[in-house]
Amino acid sequence: MLKNIDGESKMKVAIINVRIIDTKNNIDEFGGILINEKGLIEACGSKVTKGNVGDTKIYDCKNKLAIPGVVDGRVFAGEPGFEYKENYRTLSQAAISGGVTSVVTMPNTNPIIDNVSTFDFIQRRARDKSLIKIHSLASLTKNVEGNEITEFGLLKLNGAVGFTDGIQCVQKNDVMDKIFDYGKNQDVLIVQFPQDNELSKNGVINESLIATKLGLKGIPDYAEHVIIERDLRLLSQYNSKYHISVLSSGKSLEIINEWKNKKLNFTTGVSINHLSLNENDIGEFKTFLKLSPPLRKEDDRINLIEGIKNGIIDIIVSDHKPEDEESKRLTFQKCATGASGIETFLSLALEQYHNGNLDLKTIIKCVTENPAKIFGINAGSLEKGMPADIAILDLNKPWVVKRENIQSKSKNTAIEDKKLQGKVEKTFLNGKLVFEI
Amino acid sequence: MALFKTKQAVKYEKKHLLGIQDLSIPEIVHILNESQSFVELNRKENKKLSLLKGKTQINLFFESSTRTLSSFELAGKRLGADVMNMNVSNSAIKKGETLIDTAMTLNAMHPDILVIRHGNSGAANLLSRKVNCSVINAGDGWREHPTQALLDAMTIKMKIGKIEGLKIAICGDIMHSRVARSNIYLLTMMGAEVRVIAPSTLMPKDISQFGVKVYTNMEDGLKDVDIIMMLRMQLERMDGSYIPSTREYYEFFALDYKKIKYAKDNALIMHPGPMNRGIEIDASLADDINRSIIVQQVEMGVAVRMACLKILMENQK
Repeated sequence: MLKNIDGESKMKVAIINVRIIDTKNNIDEFGGILINEKGLIEACGSKVTKGNVGDTKIYDCKNKLAIPGVVDGRVFAGEPGFEYKENYRTLSQAAISGGVTSVVTMPNTNPIIDNVSTFDFIQRRARDKSLIKIHSLASLTKNVEGNEITEFGLLKLNGAVGFTDGIQCVQKNDVMDKIFDYGKNQDVLIVQFPQDNELSKNGVINESLIATKLGLKGIPDYAEHVIIERDLRLLSQYNSKYHISVLSSGKSLEIINEWKNKKLNFTTGVSINHLSLNENDIGEFKTFLKLSPPLRKEDDRINLIEGIKNGIIDIIVSDHKPEDEESKRLTFQKCATGASGIETFLSLALEQYHNGNLDLKTIIKCVTENPAKIFGINAGSLEKGMPADIAILDLNKPWVVKRENIQSKSKNTAIEDKKLQGKVEKTFLNGKLVFEI
Repeated sequence: MALFKTKQAVKYEKKHLLGIQDLSIPEIVHILNESQSFVELNRKENKKLSLLKGKTQINLFFESSTRTLSSFELAGKRLGADVMNMNVSNSAIKKGETLIDTAMTLNAMHPDILVIRHGNSGAANLLSRKVNCSVINAGDGWREHPTQALLDAMTIKMKIGKIEGLKIAICGDIMHSRVARSNIYLLTMMGAEVRVIAPSTLMPKDISQFGVKVYTNMEDGLKDVDIIMMLRMQLERMDGSYIPSTREYYEFFALDYKKIKYAKDNALIMHPGPMNRGIEIDASLADDINRSIIVQQVEMGVAVRMACLKILMENQK
């Protein structure tokens, strides 16, 4: 029998009596999942039953739903530099309570993750401190200043799953041109946050009637369109691997669709906040809803959901951005941007299933199979040989988001007191039960 | 006689005065009726009352101001309150203290009323949630400046006798103007036809949904109007960022004797001050006693603020 680092005997594990959805393998059936001593999936499906799993530790899940552990494609971890907002340990606790087992982290830390030594440092920190699997993006440009490209090749060798300036968007055309060119050369994934700096300068909210009423500087939706149009034009010269991190405007989908019709290959994402909320939710200066890109109109939200439905948008992300109390206890103009949300991510996404907007498999695909594929992560499916990262959820369980129950170090949830339906009850990481209600 | 029929008035009973958008027509009528007695008082030799005796009023101004600050100070003093002006250039805010910390510090001194001006929209709302006393918004960012709109309404009512049915044009930098927003709310509510006139680069998004008519040239916008309300134009916005130059702005959007001819013959001119003579308004036109009621606005300002202070103090009881 193998022993793990805790000295605890390792044995096979069987999860039985579950509905299994694995979109990658087109599985939606009742059955079980058998996990070997190494924490890898040995068998999955209707053939795995209590009767044929042999000498194993059995988890009878009583007809709950089992899906691959969620892969969250846009997460801000606080390390290094912002440990007071979130560290790998608190991030892990928050993640597993929401069924998230792999995350893709942004390089906007202090210092910026733009060189091999910093990258190596966070990889080690993550290995030592994090329960969940951390996949880091390095920055596209040095110090995310948009001027000089980083060491794509070396950083990739060290494990960077892609490159992005995170909350910054590369503005200069020639720099972006080089990024696509050299990015193609090194075969790396380029992830862009699409927002024009000049058009969004000093903006804190969607440019609309609400901005006018609140007396706040708006960010027009075309601040997003111009970058997407430029990037896709440049991309068509090189055909590099390109992913648009977060969309906020419905009109962006028209532009994207046009290029997809021209057979240009790239992928796109949207944050769960933008599928669930709109600018009206900001009410009277609710700083927890100051997001980047800003929440836009209800029409935009509906169009983004359509985008998921018809496959123009590939992934849904939490855009988990923990911010401490002090940075949010300011005027709307001055306060920090972003919302914490990794632990409510999946449940909030299920809202779109419960209200009939999206089917269950589409949602699951957008948070497991697709992000794993885009970022090249060994996760997102339950086939034989995969690490047994699994979320078990009660699809119908009602619950209310309460600030005091938030596991993340920062409590800046955009959906406080919201009633949700569907909750993760167990999370397995490499076959080990790491979270249970 | 009351300015408005008293049966139209309903007492304003909220703790704070944060914006015109929170007011109803009867509440506005109530505030203006209350103001009327103070107009009379302010013209008397003895202007001192003791309604607010023993009360403490703090004027917390994060943006420089001469007329609004002095107006509030005088209003409080004439009502008998102890008035303190917080000099922001010396205050802890420059040392990195946040608005909320400053508010909590002041709150510990037990003021009865805080008058706040701040460059960020929503600052007064934020403050009002953190302190125990009443808060009056004396201007927050681009959002609201409720006492200015009330004093403007008071001036119009005193001068013309009505607001309903008047055609009122607000001209200038609408986008960055809290005065424009508060006035739009109030005057449309009171039944005036409100127009906004500005170059399109200074027009806020979807402003027409506020129930105003939108014009981008003075000739069309001023046609047949009863009142022209000019706004202050910030010089730093006329360096090519919004407007090519002050000269171009003056030619097309400043109020001069040529453009005022588009309005009604007896049209009146208002300005919240401070004026940029020769930039948004012709210097002699601003002083034309047949046209300009800018001085009356200042006079009404003190009376309206006295009424607001009195009402909020009563609401605390």
